[in-house]
Amino acid sequence: MLATVLGALNQGFLKTLQLFGVTLLGAIPLGLIISFGSMTRFRPLRWLTRTVVWIVRGTPLMLQLIIIYYVPGQIMDSSPWPMGENGRFLASAIAFIFNYACYFSEIFRGGIEGVPRGQREAGQVLGMTRSQIFFRVELMQMVKRIMPPISNEIITLVKDTSLARIIAYEELIKAGYDFLKGSHGYSGLLWPLFFTGVYYLLFSGLLTILFNRTERRLDYFKV
Amino acid sequence: MAILEVQELSKRFGDVEVLRKINCSLEAGEALSIIGSSGSGKTTLLRCLNFLETPDAGRVLVRGETVFDAAEPKKPSEAALRRRRLHFGLVFQSFNLFPQYTALENVRLAGLLLAKERPDFREKRKEILTELNERAMFLLTDMGLADRAGHYPHQLSGGQQQRVAIARALALEPDILCFDEPTSALDPELTGEVLRVIRSLAEQRTTMIIVTHEMAFARDVADRAIFMDGGRVVEEGPARELIDHPQEERTRQFLSRYGALS
Ligand SMILES: Nc1ncnc2c1ncn2[C@@H]1O[C@H](COP(=O)(O)OP(=O)(O)OP(=O)(O)O)[C@@H](O)[C@H]1O
Ligand SMILES: [Mg+2]
Repeated sequence: MLATVLGALNQGFLKTLQLFGVTLLGAIPLGLIISFGSMTRFRPLRWLTRTVVWIVRGTPLMLQLIIIYYVPGQIMDSSPWPMGENGRFLASAIAFIFNYACYFSEIFRGGIEGVPRGQREAGQVLGMTRSQIFFRVELMQMVKRIMPPISNEIITLVKDTSLARIIAYEELIKAGYDFLKGSHGYSGLLWPLFFTGVYYLLFSGLLTILFNRTERRLDYFKV
Repeated sequence: MAILEVQELSKRFGDVEVLRKINCSLEAGEALSIIGSSGSGKTTLLRCLNFLETPDAGRVLVRGETVFDAAEPKKPSEAALRRRRLHFGLVFQSFNLFPQYTALENVRLAGLLLAKERPDFREKRKEILTELNERAMFLLTDMGLADRAGHYPHQLSGGQQQRVAIARALALEPDILCFDEPTSALDPELTGEVLRVIRSLAEQRTTMIIVTHEMAFARDVADRAIFMDGGRVVEEGPARELIDHPQEERTRQFLSRYGALS
């Protein structure tokens, strides 16, 4: 029994990891782009970007998942998502990437706007180019500023991946819950569901250690 | 020929005329102090000279060469702007050191970036780096900071940070070094060490413009002084004379508020 349960949970955890990884890979660059949009001097674009960010951050991710997965199929004749698990993964990934990109964009914006103007001016007076000022002066200070809030967001993402269960993506919680409902020839088993918590704890613990190390490596200077 | 000539320089922020047709000039090796009440446009003038603000009218000439002319129809390219900038150095009130670099790296950075653009950088990399390091170290030693070269800004006192900032500005050998209230952000017991450094620069005939509220310092260190009020140069003259025996009523009022007049 133990082997069956662990096998199923490992399967679920792998799917959780996939969603987690894809979200990070997509949301970080997209978040950077959105943060530029929210800071642009071109007002309509800035206004539009900030409104979208406000909507995405102000509504539950679960609702966004449901809308992205089910609504296109209602409007069109058939769902644009591929059948089965692939479609559910794709829809989840898109919802997660967009949602997290919006959160990240606000953190990036805070990091960029948080660098004092005097830093850029000091660079300018010393004859540095815009890109030299960005890469040699401002970037490290931004990274240091955004590390703590980004770490928090990423730890939250670990746990948020479980929301994909709402469209039946077979992530870790669903794998555990199936043993309660009845699958693999077992039913009424409660402990696998609880045991999923151990996976989350270990994984987020690992990330916490990693982030603490990175933050300590940036301790040599203060902003 | 004057090393710096400012002609009819004007700048407005919205409705406020911050600089109104400023004229002044500076000889090589001369130190000029600018005094004036808060809001009279001193900082704005220095920022205009350092291309951090764009004046609305007027010209700036360095050694007879026009480096800024508001009447010039098109903006200079970034490369041209950088070259012109290097005529000037600016020491900020709030130091603005780069926190992620040591004192030595702060002093060396801009020179290093410029050196990397030289076509022979790759061949002569070693020599150039040694030279830059030695120069930065020499400047820090001059500032009395030889033993602080490896310290990061947050490990230094305000007075030490400002001296690093002065070394950083000197590293590029500007024609004219500008100071904007270099001791205003410092605790009173730390102003002395910074003023001493600037005084010794004046003794070495460094061409400088010093905006300051330290009247005694402005009088003793500078050759000439300017009193600004409401965006205008109200009075100009030898520093000692202007501060001890101002001719204009407004200068007198200002100086008596500072207790500089006996
Ligand atoms: N970026 C700006 N936008 C709008 N107004 C500005 C700006 N910078 C300066 N000013 C205004 O210009 C005027 C002159 O400012 P400036 O900083 O040059 O004065 P200052 O002589 O350096 O004063 P202080 O002795 O307080 O440093 C002030 O009225 C100030 O409010
Ligand atoms: Mg000022």
